[in-house]
Amino acid sequence: MPQTTKTLLAVEHLTMRFGGLTAVSDVSFAAARGEITAVIGPNGAGKTTVFNCITGFYRPTSGSIALTHANGAPHALEGMPGHRIARNAKVARTFQNIRLFAGMTVLENLMVAQHNMLMPNVIDGLLAVFGLGGHRAAQRLALDKARSWLASIDLLDRADDPAGALPYGAQRRLEIARAMCTDPVLLCLDEPAAGLNPRESDELSELLRRIRAGGCSLLLIEHDMGVVMRISDHIVVLDHGKKISDGTPAEVRADPRVIAAYLGEGDEDEEPAPAALGSQAA
Amino acid sequence: MKLASALRDAALSALVAFGLFVALIGLHLVPTDSGLILVGRPWALVLIVAAVFVGRLAMLLWLHVRPAGTATPRRLAAGMTRAGRYVAPVFLVLALTLPLYGGRYMLDTGILVLTYVMLGWGLTIVVGLAGLLDLGYVAFYAVGAYSYALLSTTWHLGFWTTLPVAGLLAALWGIMLGFPVLRLRGDYLAIVTLAFGEIIRVVLINWTSLTNGSNGITDIPRPTLFGLKFNASGDPDSFAGFFHLDYSITQRFVFLYYVILALALLTNWVSLRLRRLPLGRAWEALREDEIACRSLGINVTTTKLTAFAIGAMFGGFAGAFFATRQGFISPESFNFMESALVLSIVVLGGLGSQLGVALAALVMIGGTELFRDFAEYRMLIFGLALVVMMVLRPRGLVAGRTPSIALGTRREIAAELVAEGRG
Repeated sequence: MPQTTKTLLAVEHLTMRFGGLTAVSDVSFAAARGEITAVIGPNGAGKTTVFNCITGFYRPTSGSIALTHANGAPHALEGMPGHRIARNAKVARTFQNIRLFAGMTVLENLMVAQHNMLMPNVIDGLLAVFGLGGHRAAQRLALDKARSWLASIDLLDRADDPAGALPYGAQRRLEIARAMCTDPVLLCLDEPAAGLNPRESDELSELLRRIRAGGCSLLLIEHDMGVVMRISDHIVVLDHGKKISDGTPAEVRADPRVIAAYLGEGDEDEEPAPAALGSQAA
Repeated sequence: MKLASALRDAALSALVAFGLFVALIGLHLVPTDSGLILVGRPWALVLIVAAVFVGRLAMLLWLHVRPAGTATPRRLAAGMTRAGRYVAPVFLVLALTLPLYGGRYMLDTGILVLTYVMLGWGLTIVVGLAGLLDLGYVAFYAVGAYSYALLSTTWHLGFWTTLPVAGLLAALWGIMLGFPVLRLRGDYLAIVTLAFGEIIRVVLINWTSLTNGSNGITDIPRPTLFGLKFNASGDPDSFAGFFHLDYSITQRFVFLYYVILALALLTNWVSLRLRRLPLGRAWEALREDEIACRSLGINVTTTKLTAFAIGAMFGGFAGAFFATRQGFISPESFNFMESALVLSIVVLGGLGSQLGVALAALVMIGGTELFRDFAEYRMLIFGLALVVMMVLRPRGLVAGRTPSIALGTRREIAAELVAEGRG
């Protein structure tokens, strides 16, 4: 397979300035189709800024972000409005501080995610008031998809509970399922394992692997090195807005710059577990 | 000990009441032939201060003996939710049969209340569902009213042909207001919509060649029932003449009453239906979290614009009805007080609740009519009721949210979880 179709997302010379502050400076990396790419680095390294540029929440100061669909259709994300990135380029995301629709039920959250499928345009949306258009059939399909995702994240029995009343771990899973309901080709996860207990992180890793197996590529910001080393195919390390390393988990872990900036030295009691698991993934 | 502190608290409240009412109630201006004279009303003052003292004391003691802190509002909420299932049909039947038992005065009040119910339901789409605080809703009411008034007086178009036009024009203005203010949120949006309401009113006052300025538009045609007019002529094209009835002015009131009832129910039906459709769900999602909406590919701009446009359209319908009912409109009918009144109906009713809005309109508009005899105390009672209401039920009469779709049974969502929207 040629390199061009293997690359899903190509970030080239991405720079983002806020006034005098350069949050991201000349960062380039690529995410391959069908892989889990992790972006790691200390707090304030610019990881979330990179995410916000990719998902259209920020407009980058310079640089390009190109996404290529499996059929070869190119999408230049750097100039697209946020909702178009989700709708046309099919990039979905979750947030560091969970952003569910707390006052709506779990099921409603997943239905809102399928908005564009349910209502292709405003005219259709208004015709549906009078029972016209294909809303009924679309709603049945949307409900089926919601149900299958609820089963997949083990929340089927809580479908009619408000999302805000779910326990923290379940809210994380629901946010991922909600993003997946938009049928993305790339799912960006901003610290999905934050605040999860070890059992929940294991379940999360399992869920992310399943998503990858389903054909969706993942881009992941994460501090939990256990999760990162276990599931990532490729890791990009940022520090102070610059890329300091890029490679497989094993390469990154051995990189002295990464150790100095982020992983730290002499964490003897923490080192073995990720190492053992990381070598499996690599 | 508890009693001593309660007594002290009650005495303090009595003192505050004394300070408030010493001039308001203790003094009375009486017009006489030789001018106004000031009369003291010590007993009324003593009575009200004593009432405050006893009331405050009783409340404190009751709070002391009551076991759980927040139990009452919660129980009240659950009770109201249960009662809500029966309240709505009962009110609908009462509203449908009002002409059978109500006199002309009741019909007239009913028409007024229903106009505000309709305005409330229209504004609920914008404020309650989409969470966009609109302080200038009266602008769309004015656009609707003037559309009908101008089209009917200049081109002699009938009410039923003009009604959709008035609604569409109001919707158009809703979109025109919506476009520039879409980036604004919360307080900023509220200020701009407030300004928009005032701009419309000022334009109506000053564009004399079109609107006849503050003199308003007179002789606006009354609506007809399939071309039958409501007048005393006895001609075959009048309602009384066609059905060989004796003419009575009540016939017109009954007709107007059913027109506004139908319009209000249409508003209710459309918004209830929209809530269960993707568009309405997107509005609510927008109220909950705009950023999350954007990340899910929802076009926030068009979603907000549709909320503005559809809310404005119902405001326009109500305005056209207002013009035809009054037969006369002037810019002064569309001042900020109207916007504030409609907004307080929506807030009092509970954001997004259809039944709550109807009840609130009944209480606020019907209540003001009821207290008409109390003249100057009317606003006082009214304000007090609002304060008490907001203390007891800060999220409005019907605060919970019913899910729009469910796999099993729909369970009410507690108001604490539901976002109020910040625009």
